[in-house]
Amino acid sequence: MPDELQTSGEDDHADYLIEARNISKQFGSTLANNCVNIAIKPGEIHALLGENGAGKSTLVKILYGALKASSGTLFWKGKPAEVSSPSAARKLGIGMVFQHFSLFDSLSVTENIALALPKGFKKKQLAEQIARVSHSYGLPLDPHALVADLPVGVRQRIEIVRCLLQNPDLIIMDEPTSVLTPQEAEQLFVTLKRLTDEGCSILYISHRLEEVQLICHNATIMRHGKVVHSCDPSKETAASLAQMMVGGEVHSITSHRQTATSKTLLEIDALSLEGSGPFSVSLKNISLQVQGGEVVAIAGIAGNGQGELFDVLSGETRLKDSYAIKYLGVPCGRRRVNARRRLGAAFVPEERLGHGAVPDMSLTENVLLTRHRSGDALVSAGMVNKSLCHALEARIIDEYDVRMAHPGSEAGALSGGNLQKFIVGRELDRRPRVMVINQPTWGVDAGAAALIRQSIIDLARSGAAVVVISQDLDEIYEVADRISVISRGQLSKAEPVATISREKIGLLMAGMAENQQDNEGPYAA
Amino acid sequence: MRLELVKRQEHSRLMVVVSPILAITLTVILGGGIFALYGVSPLEGLYAFFIEPLNSYWSLEELLVKAGPLILIAVGLCVCFLSNTWNIGAEGQFTIGAIFGSIIPILYPEWTSGFALPAMILMGAIGGMLWASIPALLKTRFGTNEILSSLMLVYVAQYLLDYLVRGPWRDPDGFNFPESRIFDSAHVLPKFGDGRLHLGVLIAIVVAILIWFLLSKTLKGFEIKVLGQSPRAGRFAGFSSNRMVWFGFLLSGAFAGLAGVFEVSGSIEQLTPVISPGYGFTAIIVAFLGRLNPIAIIFAGLLLGLSYIGGEAAQVSLGISNKMTNVFQGMLLFFVLACDILIHYRVRLVNPREAGNDVA
Repeated sequence: MPDELQTSGEDDHADYLIEARNISKQFGSTLANNCVNIAIKPGEIHALLGENGAGKSTLVKILYGALKASSGTLFWKGKPAEVSSPSAARKLGIGMVFQHFSLFDSLSVTENIALALPKGFKKKQLAEQIARVSHSYGLPLDPHALVADLPVGVRQRIEIVRCLLQNPDLIIMDEPTSVLTPQEAEQLFVTLKRLTDEGCSILYISHRLEEVQLICHNATIMRHGKVVHSCDPSKETAASLAQMMVGGEVHSITSHRQTATSKTLLEIDALSLEGSGPFSVSLKNISLQVQGGEVVAIAGIAGNGQGELFDVLSGETRLKDSYAIKYLGVPCGRRRVNARRRLGAAFVPEERLGHGAVPDMSLTENVLLTRHRSGDALVSAGMVNKSLCHALEARIIDEYDVRMAHPGSEAGALSGGNLQKFIVGRELDRRPRVMVINQPTWGVDAGAAALIRQSIIDLARSGAAVVVISQDLDEIYEVADRISVISRGQLSKAEPVATISREKIGLLMAGMAENQQDNEGPYAA
Repeated sequence: MRLELVKRQEHSRLMVVVSPILAITLTVILGGGIFALYGVSPLEGLYAFFIEPLNSYWSLEELLVKAGPLILIAVGLCVCFLSNTWNIGAEGQFTIGAIFGSIIPILYPEWTSGFALPAMILMGAIGGMLWASIPALLKTRFGTNEILSSLMLVYVAQYLLDYLVRGPWRDPDGFNFPESRIFDSAHVLPKFGDGRLHLGVLIAIVVAILIWFLLSKTLKGFEIKVLGQSPRAGRFAGFSSNRMVWFGFLLSGAFAGLAGVFEVSGSIEQLTPVISPGYGFTAIIVAFLGRLNPIAIIFAGLLLGLSYIGGEAAQVSLGISNKMTNVFQGMLLFFVLACDILIHYRVRLVNPREAGNDVA
């Protein structure tokens, strides 16, 4: 409990390597951190847990000096400290390993590390030092290798060694295993153990509960910008941790649920797709059937294959196997996005600007973006019928309450909520038979979110099949009839919302299902 | 105090118009300064460069002849640039277009039927497209940077021309000068006015109007702009980036090739080692000065055309090197690109003490 931390009294600062007290951070109207307390002892691995948007990144950036807290105090080794910038943090002895590496592909290991160090290092000495330090911590590195030639796991070692060379007392690691194979992760844990034996502390951010239980001494759990629990993870079960993370309260389920019409409108059958880059996720043997009249939600933590799945469903990534995806019974795996639209499918991507809409174009032109070949007669003989586009825009704006500064506004000038209402409205206006929405209310104000969720439900009740990909469990419980969870490119069986608990979803998100299903070794990337 | 660029919420419609005017003004001011450094009165220099050439009918005609290829090439490039494809090698496509267009008049001079000239023009366009398809293929197949490949092919094309006019295509009756035979009158474009103005200029303007129509009224135009501004949204709309690369390169290559064949068959009437004062490169400036709008490109082409004859005029009347033309063109491109920042950003004076340190 956070209370425990506060009772630790004024005199106890010295027990902790770093202590943050009552840290708050305001971004516009949202409170990303609300009176957060966290304290890390010397030599411990301290886990920071929470869903996306829980405020973990904000807190970490404050500790590392990349953000300035609106209020609150930091204590470093018992004394109040000002961490005004990342370089100030490094001087204090705080290092950070980011989730996405900041390395130059065309430079060697030594050159990359030299860039982050204060001036005055001789390249040759540095190379020797890198070789020595990296070997002694079980992270062998060839100082002269070119970064471009190295696999992801080795690139992470560079980041870690870069931290270690500055003899830090605290290393912050942001989801270090998300890009690693299980074997690489094992090796990392050994290194972490060594570091803590030497007295270094580690703040370990992760979603993977097993890992946290395995290696962490303490855990701080955040939700909606607040610290909700502090505990010793080894004394908890993965299930109880998951519940703390996603919250215990169960929302009352809207009562007008009905059994779906038995007709399957979207069918995904054993869909697999190899990832196309180091940060993309491979989809593995995904199957799902969605009937007319129901909303199936796909829950999961960001970066587990949601984007890849959406692209495959929309046809932006086309498959070799035409039968892996069927819309209204028609095999579509190899069809283009507009062919799928003509069958009655509609898509709303996660990214509004630059994917769902062109930022520098007016809404009139953005209407054309998805509806030029979807059977709306906006184009005839290659010529655009502008007045028809305009009429459609007016209809969408009116029906979905899209507000903008002045008529003819560019999409990029609309607020997130209004633009999302427009993008969702543009698709709903077509009366689609199947709709796939990725993150329907991500970064959208409460009013717009309610309107969008209601229209999703209304669409399904009118007989359409709807797939909602979301990271927001509250939203999922609000709209879904069945819930499925995606983790590392695998989709769990969709279960009715009445029979699947938050706890189970939390476990599935943390990758519990895949252990039973998949023992074939390296996954992801 | 320091200057800071702040992103505008929407692009400024005023600045879209003001930016090129501002760029021209800054170029003229700096140009005047350079004249002063040469020891020439700035006003006199600018007058000789920009006004004097407009005083005679002959030089007005010459202006159109120079502006023609610039407009034709720039209109093709504007389609390319709008779709975010960077064809920097129009000069090479121009050269190959001229070579292909010269196959009939040089190798088959006896064929003087009425079809010969249209066939030459067609071959010029095909030559330009072929040359442009090399960077397009490299880009779509291997992801090669098209800026480098298209640019380097310019020099290959120029050496090919050089080889042809010094070697196999040299005029046997030409006293060993590195020139081809002079084209038969059946292989020369129809002319107007006092004798320099040819059909190519007219075609350039018609093409500009056609492309304006394509860009503003058709789905293809929409596709070009969407793919240029956000490729991801373009893919979502069902447009193909790779096909757009091909479309942009083939179209701009064809227009550059046309400009090339018009230049040799309308103005020079034979192949020589140097057939262009850098039209293909200057057209890049024309395209940007014209805001990638085909109608505005017509005017930008006239202005840059003026810089060519202005340079020659200043050399004659003031004894200043005609490299002044390149200086003016370079300054103009620099200022156009710099002023374009103002379309999406506004300039703000910031007092460093007030500047927040929220973001380190």
